[in-house]
Amino acid sequence: MTDATTGAETLHDVTVTVNGVRRSAAVPARRLLSDFLRHDLELTGTHVGCEHGVCGACTVLVDGAPMRSCLMFAVTAQDHEVTTVEGLCSAPDARVAPTGESMNPVQQAFAECHGLQCGFCTPGFLTTVTAYLEENPSPTSEQAREAISGNLCRCTGYQNIVKSVLRAADIRTERAAEELS
Amino acid sequence: MKPAPFVHHAPVSVEEAVSVLGEVGHDGKVLAGGQSLIPILNMRLASPGHLVDINRVTGLDSVEVTPEAVRVGALVRHAGLERSAEAYAALPLLRQALVNVAHPAIRNRGTTVGSIAHADAAGEMPAILALTDGVVEVAGPSGSREVAWSDFFLGALETSLAAEELAVAVRFGRFPAGTGTAFTEAARRHGDYAMAGVGVAVTVTDGVVSGALASFVSVTDVPSVLDLGPALDGAEPGSGEWDAALDTVAEAVRGHVEPEGDIHASADYRRMLVTELTRRALPRAADRAGADT
Ligand SMILES: Cc1cc2nc3c(=O)[nH]c(=O)nc-3n(C[C@H](O)[C@H](O)[C@H](O)COP(=O)(O)OP(=O)(O)OC[C@H]3O[C@@H](n4cnc5c(N)ncnc54)[C@H](O)[C@@H]3O)c2cc1C
Ligand code: FES
Ligand code: FES
Repeated sequence: MTDATTGAETLHDVTVTVNGVRRSAAVPARRLLSDFLRHDLELTGTHVGCEHGVCGACTVLVDGAPMRSCLMFAVTAQDHEVTTVEGLCSAPDARVAPTGESMNPVQQAFAECHGLQCGFCTPGFLTTVTAYLEENPSPTSEQAREAISGNLCRCTGYQNIVKSVLRAADIRTERAAEELS
Repeated sequence: MKPAPFVHHAPVSVEEAVSVLGEVGHDGKVLAGGQSLIPILNMRLASPGHLVDINRVTGLDSVEVTPEAVRVGALVRHAGLERSAEAYAALPLLRQALVNVAHPAIRNRGTTVGSIAHADAAGEMPAILALTDGVVEVAGPSGSREVAWSDFFLGALETSLAAEELAVAVRFGRFPAGTGTAFTEAARRHGDYAMAGVGVAVTVTDGVVSGALASFVSVTDVPSVLDLGPALDGAEPGSGEWDAALDTVAEAVRGHVEPEGDIHASADYRRMLVTELTRRALPRAADRAGADT
């Protein structure tokens, strides 16, 4: 925990594969994965709202599955694969907002359908919806609502987010068809 | 907020986990999925000096179906159990209840055994362990023991697990042939903790009810099972007699539950809700019992 003489906290060398790149930092055991990403790795795309699992803003993909990064310690994520919102697009520099085809279908759909206003909640929606569509490529509007029920948005009133989920499903299909032709 | 400093232990075997738990005693906590514990740490409602992180322990992540039970290891996530086709075939009640536990992102990380060890009166899975007459498998410094659900839950957030013990698995009992089950709850928003919920199991033999049980969420301090046999036995589902029996059931449920009021719902409202939910769940379970035979 802390060193008796210096009062400094014991640090752990944590290595996590983030967006396909092995990243390491020395952090105390209590470092939340959300803070590890934001403070230690300077990937500030992941947002932190409530720090108790309710808002969904901090949702990242751990080994492909959406999880709350505020409810996981970096030490537990050791050797796992994490995808943050920065890793969803194929743009060369993840810190520059992607445009056009470099956006993943969910990002493109949110841009087209005004699925965001202030954008605070958006990273959590994008990761959640990206993973959801992998499993359910053509949701009904009822299912789209269910898919986003664990993420809070104080701006949009959700209608355009539901539209974005449905539009993202269409874009995925369109892009798959283009690849074939 | 952020958790207070703690020492992180990452044992790789049950023996090692138990030995660390023995060393740190009351200053230690098991960390499984962290979906209940980490919010508590973040809000500094607790600040244990040691966390025994069991996520690297091998051999705890399997679901096994036997003729008597569905055995769920301590590292099986809610989502893993929910998706298990074998578990669903053996005990559909598990998936029926699990889809009501929080949101998918929480279920991807939180463990079913962890929610039982946490023993929240608003948790679905403690109630399901009771309804299925389940057992908790425990490892401790002096070996292993099995604890029946009725000896496991002592109070809200209180179990008979000692500080140096680890729950390694739970076994949910299977129902006799001809049994249908249903789970239903009411929450302010889908995925939130329920204001009231109920799981039921109805056994139908030769067209009439031969057994019926119910267990409740958020309206009793500790999980408990209400035997609805006296009200429903002998009734043919859907008949006039069955409708009258449902009134007797409603009376029994009202008398059995002890809800407390809070910001989300008053005690009276919860009692009304759970009674109505039970009325709705029973016909569904009875239908499925019919489909089963
Ligand atoms: C936003 C949100 C909504 C939620 N909604 C619901 C809901 O509707 N219904 C519901 O039931 N739950 C809900 N949960 C809680 C969730 O189900 C948790 O996963 C579960 O309660 C605890 O499991 P865990 O593996 O995360 O345990 P942890 O959080 O790691 O541990 C919980 C407690 O159990 C102890 N423990 C865990 N595993 C063991 C073990 N193997 N042996 C001994 N002790 C152990 C820990 O020491 C700790 O005290 C919600 C959580 C969040 C964040
Ligand atoms: S910050 Fe993690 S869920 Fe709100
Ligand atoms: S866009 Fe502002 S919170 Fe969702």
